[in-house]
Amino acid sequence: MARTPISFTLNGSTADLFVEGGENLLDALRRGLGDLTPKYGCGQGACGTCTVLIDGRPQLSCLTLAEAVAGRSVETAASLAEGPDLHPLQDAFMEGFAAQCGYCTPGMLMAAKALLAENPTPTREEVAEGIAGNICRCTGYEPIIDAILAAAERMRGRAA
Amino acid sequence: MSIIVETFDTLAEAARAIGGDGRYLGGGTLVMRAANYGDQSFRRIIRVRDQGLRRIAAAGDRIEIGAGATMADVMASRDLAFLEPVARAIGGPAVRQMATVGGNLFAAHPYGDFATALLALDGKARMADGRETPLEELLARRDGAGLVASVSIARPRDGEFRFRKVSRVKPKGVSVMAIAAWLPGAPGRIAGARVAFGAMGPAPARARAVERALEGAALDESGIARALAAATEGLDPPDDPLASAWYRREVAPVHLRRLLLEDGRR
Repeated sequence: MARTPISFTLNGSTADLFVEGGENLLDALRRGLGDLTPKYGCGQGACGTCTVLIDGRPQLSCLTLAEAVAGRSVETAASLAEGPDLHPLQDAFMEGFAAQCGYCTPGMLMAAKALLAENPTPTREEVAEGIAGNICRCTGYEPIIDAILAAAERMRGRAA
Repeated sequence: MSIIVETFDTLAEAARAIGGDGRYLGGGTLVMRAANYGDQSFRRIIRVRDQGLRRIAAAGDRIEIGAGATMADVMASRDLAFLEPVARAIGGPAVRQMATVGGNLFAAHPYGDFATALLALDGKARMADGRETPLEELLARRDGAGLVASVSIARPRDGEFRFRKVSRVKPKGVSVMAIAAWLPGAPGRIAGARVAFGAMGPAPARARAVERALEGAALDESGIARALAAATEGLDPPDDPLASAWYRREVAPVHLRRLLLEDGRR
């Protein structure tokens, strides 16, 4: 089976690995590099739990050809915390009970991070639109939207 | 099954390599999904590095959209502001970063909302070999159609283009149907309307009976009555888990009426 060497930036560090033909980025991250934060949900772009940021933009790692990220920058939920300090989004999710089973959470966090990077002052409707590609089957969406709005407020406070 | 990935610098090279067991990879939302689910119909993935395929360029009364332009690219283009609501209606933010204009032309039912809009806007596909093909022909015979380099569309005047996506899930949901209309002359009398439906057949299709009924009509209740009566003439709506063909036929005039009478007031 043909294997191709690729190199890209994962959460700020260089990642080198061999990928198989047709392998998607999600498998490369989980099996090849041991980053288990992005999850496999549907494999067809419907659930959003595999969402990562590629060059700062949200994309679905299960639908991304691993070879296509060579030379690019990939961020997963593993990049959010800094040592023991959680990211404001993670804090807000925890405090607001925005996770139950937690399976959607990594994708929600990355979608929210992308949203707040582009729009630090989103309305409730804009947050709903920002996570429209991410499915939660446990808590419902209200606590998640509340958490993202709370995190946005904290992040604005930090920036001020 | 092992898949071989072949990467080329130009679309012309890719077109020569595509062959029978090759599948062209655009944004990945169709091909990678097929690969994830073990689709055995292809053994090679063909991809192109050329970022020029994402180019969007206005020239005169038409705009050329590169087949590699994503929905996010469309939303960011000032020239394509009238298509922003169409692109926004497709998937969530992550899908819109990936899904391409060219890919949407080949998206099987119930997808293809963007192609529906392009069809209404007199879309013409520029193929990799330079040929130009009306989208109506391409959409009717997508298998083996070849690689699309770009799509040229008419640039409607303000208020002439309208789009409506009908879905059960908000804000993101698959189409029960989509309707796109280019209505030259709106809000006055219509001359040369082009109306297309999505999810009302195996591929987006023009509603020619509606177009004929709108010729010279005013956009008011009496002016559009004949068009509403002919809403589904020539269409072949499917039965699927989203809606029955009967339901689609019943509600198509309702949504067409809203598109023609209400959407223009927004």
